[in-house]
Amino acid sequence: MNFRRIFLFSIPYVWLLALFLAPFLIVFKISLSDIALAIPPYTPTLDLSGGWVAFKDFFSQLDFENFTFLASDSLYWKSYLSSVQIALISTFICLMIGFPIAYGMANAPQEWQPTLMLLVILPFWTSFLIRVYSLIGILSQDGILNQFLLWLSIIGEPLVILNTNWAVYIGIVYTYCPFMILPIYATLTKLDASLLEAAEDLGCSRTSAFWQITVPVSKSGIIAGCFLVFIPALGEFVIPSLLGGSGTLMIGKVLFEEFFANRDWPVAGAVAVILLLILIIPIVLYQRNEQKMMEAEK
Amino acid sequence: MRRFTWFNATSLTLGFAFLYIPMLIVIIYSFNESKLVTVWGGFSTKWYGELVQNEAFLDAALVTFKVGLVSSVIATILGTMAAYVLVRGGRFFGRTLFSGMIYAPLVMPEVITGLSLLLLFISIGLDRGIVTIILAHTTFSMCYVSVVVSSRLVSFDRSVEEAALDLGCTPFDAFRSVTLPIIAPAVISGWLLALTLSLDDLVIASFVAGPSATTLPIKVFSSVRLGVSPEINALSTILIGIVALGTVTASITTKRAVVRRRHEQQMAVQAG
Repeated sequence: MNFRRIFLFSIPYVWLLALFLAPFLIVFKISLSDIALAIPPYTPTLDLSGGWVAFKDFFSQLDFENFTFLASDSLYWKSYLSSVQIALISTFICLMIGFPIAYGMANAPQEWQPTLMLLVILPFWTSFLIRVYSLIGILSQDGILNQFLLWLSIIGEPLVILNTNWAVYIGIVYTYCPFMILPIYATLTKLDASLLEAAEDLGCSRTSAFWQITVPVSKSGIIAGCFLVFIPALGEFVIPSLLGGSGTLMIGKVLFEEFFANRDWPVAGAVAVILLLILIIPIVLYQRNEQKMMEAEK
Repeated sequence: MRRFTWFNATSLTLGFAFLYIPMLIVIIYSFNESKLVTVWGGFSTKWYGELVQNEAFLDAALVTFKVGLVSSVIATILGTMAAYVLVRGGRFFGRTLFSGMIYAPLVMPEVITGLSLLLLFISIGLDRGIVTIILAHTTFSMCYVSVVVSSRLVSFDRSVEEAALDLGCTPFDAFRSVTLPIIAPAVISGWLLALTLSLDDLVIASFVAGPSATTLPIKVFSSVRLGVSPEINALSTILIGIVALGTVTASITTKRAVVRRRHEQQMAVQAG
């Protein structure tokens, strides 16, 4: 390795070590500390001037108390469970809505495809916050949806959607749908149409050709899409705090409030560490799926 | 033959209606005369006027813009370097850790990234403000840039680069006059992505911003918490308009470039 290479490589490396890895170690350390009425509001703080004794003393004060607290207080494990549940249900609805859209795009005439693609990408570039905000006016008690349904006389009195879990599902599906559509569309466009013809020639009905060819071919796209929705939805903060109600328990919101409202940094740190541990499984599975897709392309 | 069925047409229509109706409603109601957000009181542009006079929003917009510009430029440089090292670097000590650190921020919940960066800034005694937001935004958006650029670096023919080196280019010259022009579209789209991510970020900025610097999303979030307001509708319309214009222009320019390249290739084939 020559000097130029080391230079090129060390700048981004050091940057990420300092601003990505080191902060995690700090979070982990603070999650083992105790809350204190001080600045910063936790104890012990490391005092390097105290030498080896202070260092040993510092380590002896760290413990897993916050984690046992998390396990004993039902608010936390209920929040984790309900986050997983909300993320799973939303991912499923996203798939049910996203797949037909991706399928329609892939079957659309060739000359439409760039425009359709643009129409899916455009919301992705639009501010996330604004898209969540746009749902408030629609889902509220005197919002457009209720006005419309009342006008159609489908319902007798306005539905309560905003500030319930329903609004959270709608919010996640609405904002993350493009993440589901794009990978599925990418795999569907690679589907060789002659396979479908062959199946039909051999007496397959169109429905069974769909289930036996189209769905298996798009499997890796479906898996990628599901993880791309599930992983960020699990730690979501903006959607539950704007659309959800007081009964909506999501761990991202709990962490935010633990930190800002309760100022309990050690517990917030412990919440973050557990969330990270939960996320490792889907992240590893997602990476494996991506690698499989890359190898399949080669 | 692919068949475009009625089922396909219906799902596309309903799907795009679902994606676009909420935003259209925000745009329509930004021109509403009435202060009540659910009652139509006639056409008016007065909320835009009020928005322009709102000092707090303007200050926040300025901070957001500065942060976005500085962080996206640094992120593009660092991200391109990282991509180059990942794709061309071969095996080196700590490569797994390096690629892990590039990919992890893409899937990391924002609350964790925000919390951990804030705790870092506090423990090294860095005052929260515009600098900390820039550092935070650069860190996560450089990873996006690096992913976009490395996918381009993987797919291009390396022999062109080697030819330049054989013909006496220094490695830096070869990078500047051969590699960079080839990966330029990816670098530019990486930069645009970094800029958008930075302008859009609420959660990480809420953690690392101090009282001295408030970004536009933080401002919008705190006023949206109180409910829908016509001023926010007007602001959203402006932002949606900018994004729509940018995306459409970008797609038309790339389409033209593709058409031109195809044309040139045909000419070359005919000439040869």
